[in-house]
Amino acid sequence: MLENDTLSRILYVDLTKRRIWNEDRPEIFEDTIGGAGAGIKLLQEECPEGADPLGPENPIILTVGPLTGLFPMASKTVAMFKSPHTGNLGESHSGGRSATSIRLSGYGAVVIRGVSESPVFISVHNNQAYIRDASALWGMHSSYTVGRIIRDYEPDAGIRTIIRIGIAGERMISYASVSMETYRHFGRLGLGAVFGSKKLKALVFAGKHSVPVSNRKQYLKVYDSIYQATLDKATKKYRELGTSENVLPLNELGSLPTRNLKQSRFESAHRISGEKFAEDYLGRRVACAHCPVGCIHLAALRQPYKDEPYFYKTSMIPYDYEPIYALGSMLGMPDIPDLLKLLEIVETYGLDCMSTGVILAWATEAYEKGLISERETDGVKLSWGDYRCYIRAVENIIDQPNDFYKALAKGVEYASDIYGGKEFALSYGGNEMPGYHTGPAAHIGFFTGARHSHLDNAGYSVDQKTLIKEKVSPQELARLLIKEEQWRQILSSLVVCYFARGIYTPEIVLDALRLSGFEMSQDELNQIGAKTLFEKNKFKFREGFKPEQMRIPRRILETVSPVGYLDEEYIKETIKYYMEAVMLEPEPAIPNPV
Amino acid sequence: MKRLAVLDNEKCIGCQSCMFACARRTGQGGLAESRIGIRSEGGIEHGFVVIVCRACEQPQCSKVCPTDALVPKKTGGVAYNPDKCIGCQLCVKACPIGAVFWDAEIKKPMICIACGYCVKYCPCSVIAIENIPEEELSEV
Repeated sequence: MLENDTLSRILYVDLTKRRIWNEDRPEIFEDTIGGAGAGIKLLQEECPEGADPLGPENPIILTVGPLTGLFPMASKTVAMFKSPHTGNLGESHSGGRSATSIRLSGYGAVVIRGVSESPVFISVHNNQAYIRDASALWGMHSSYTVGRIIRDYEPDAGIRTIIRIGIAGERMISYASVSMETYRHFGRLGLGAVFGSKKLKALVFAGKHSVPVSNRKQYLKVYDSIYQATLDKATKKYRELGTSENVLPLNELGSLPTRNLKQSRFESAHRISGEKFAEDYLGRRVACAHCPVGCIHLAALRQPYKDEPYFYKTSMIPYDYEPIYALGSMLGMPDIPDLLKLLEIVETYGLDCMSTGVILAWATEAYEKGLISERETDGVKLSWGDYRCYIRAVENIIDQPNDFYKALAKGVEYASDIYGGKEFALSYGGNEMPGYHTGPAAHIGFFTGARHSHLDNAGYSVDQKTLIKEKVSPQELARLLIKEEQWRQILSSLVVCYFARGIYTPEIVLDALRLSGFEMSQDELNQIGAKTLFEKNKFKFREGFKPEQMRIPRRILETVSPVGYLDEEYIKETIKYYMEAVMLEPEPAIPNPV
Repeated sequence: MKRLAVLDNEKCIGCQSCMFACARRTGQGGLAESRIGIRSEGGIEHGFVVIVCRACEQPQCSKVCPTDALVPKKTGGVAYNPDKCIGCQLCVKACPIGAVFWDAEIKKPMICIACGYCVKYCPCSVIAIENIPEEELSEV
């Protein structure tokens, strides 16, 4: 990396001791590039074996990468922590202005240790960091309100990020999210609860440093080729309908999990499709910092007040494919306004909408089957498509009036341990299912992916491109998935958005990295990807990950996918090959001949 | 006179590509030298505002400059002489639009020169270079 680049500077904050300091650690970035690679390295340093995810020993680590602030779409921040939801590796990515603001405030990474005695937020302006009192903000239910207040209280509008939690994080609900710039999230695996456990309400980063390059002329050239591509066909889908474009094709294919995956097609999919959203509700499209794509779609929902004539409120609510799946088809919700009202509550309180939807879907089926009754649900008659009952259930997850809701606040794995219904409890390594029932590769991907996310190795894509046409051996499928997951470690170490994966080819990545002072061969690049994935899994095994004991929910075998009914043995065998291969320590690569 | 015009800020998606482009003119990354600003209009739900020098006929920034580092140009806007600038930031405070940006690294003001480089990078045609004939200047 370049000597005068502040990427190597790490901000350390110890909330217990109320101390703040900087450390210059270029070796971390030289070895890993940054992002996910730097994050797992710092997590291994900071998080002791067997740490309580909600204890002072669990760190919060945020990292960005060398291309942030230099090139378009390198605008993700990676969060690493131990997840209170799965009890294992916690990793979540988010955009907004978080990455550019952290980078341009003069840092490449942030490490937050300890627990504050009283509520605080951390404010960083051009590498000056402060721990500020957040007592007045604590107890606020809405993550929107927290953002609005800090927005007025802190300077540097436009060049800052305001990363905050709602009441779900404060109450340490294990799948509480963290939001920034109102509409982007560290959604999955419960970073919000870790914030809550530290009495940390928010983080503000602001800055507008310059970022050096090794060759100015070449920089402009490489920039222009990447920028042109960001407006080309590779991102068309994200620019136009956004990810919600997936609703109809996945439904057509028979891959849209519906009513807790009792079905893989939703008869009302056309009523909650990306097309329908755009036609009737799309109110504004916005972008993350330094990303001309603007994939963030906001629905404008106008609602009358019941008790006052001619009083309305208009809310802007972000929508994407995953929330439409989790709170829409999964709950049998046929109407966009109902779906949006539920989504708004989930967003306001700061819950992960995907986990919330899957948990509510499980609860509805458990209620339907008589495993639970109104005694457990506190009088809520859970019923597919009824947003009112789901809003009440979400409020109860927040308030936890009884043991049942206390269990729901810990996820579907935990709740089904107590109340039964394991066979239709859709979780993978403790994380609730993403919205793809495309075939075995998707599900194997959820099991084997380091974060148990569909984004880890994109099995859904292998299903649709390959398995739908031909049979592939477990070894070969494992190889395909690992290759993808290793390459995605590079993207998330550069902190390039996965929506730019078609643009940032290995050649472009090497060109861009060279301008940031990272000279390496493609072999070395691939080795860093393999090593990062290896290190993540090493952390997982250290923390007790047992892939052979992972529960395969019966439901995924019972509902047909476009590739046919899934074969349990095939899934198990592929997982076995995957884990064996991923745990082979990668050989050092041959460096570039000088 | 040339100046940067904001055609329709409602179309702005807040990607800040223009800000990065402006800073990149000199061949470096980041935002230190950026002379255009995008921020939300009090929350992203309300959209964005584009902050940039409108090349005033009687620039407030130059009125307060104690060293004549900023002098009004006949054609509108200001000419900046860095050799005279003492970095007092009075110009930053004087501009009600907030269009005098501050480069904290070299401690100097940054004001749009209407070069149009940013225009090429706006994905939504929010901004454009506008040529105003001299005879119409006082009507602007």
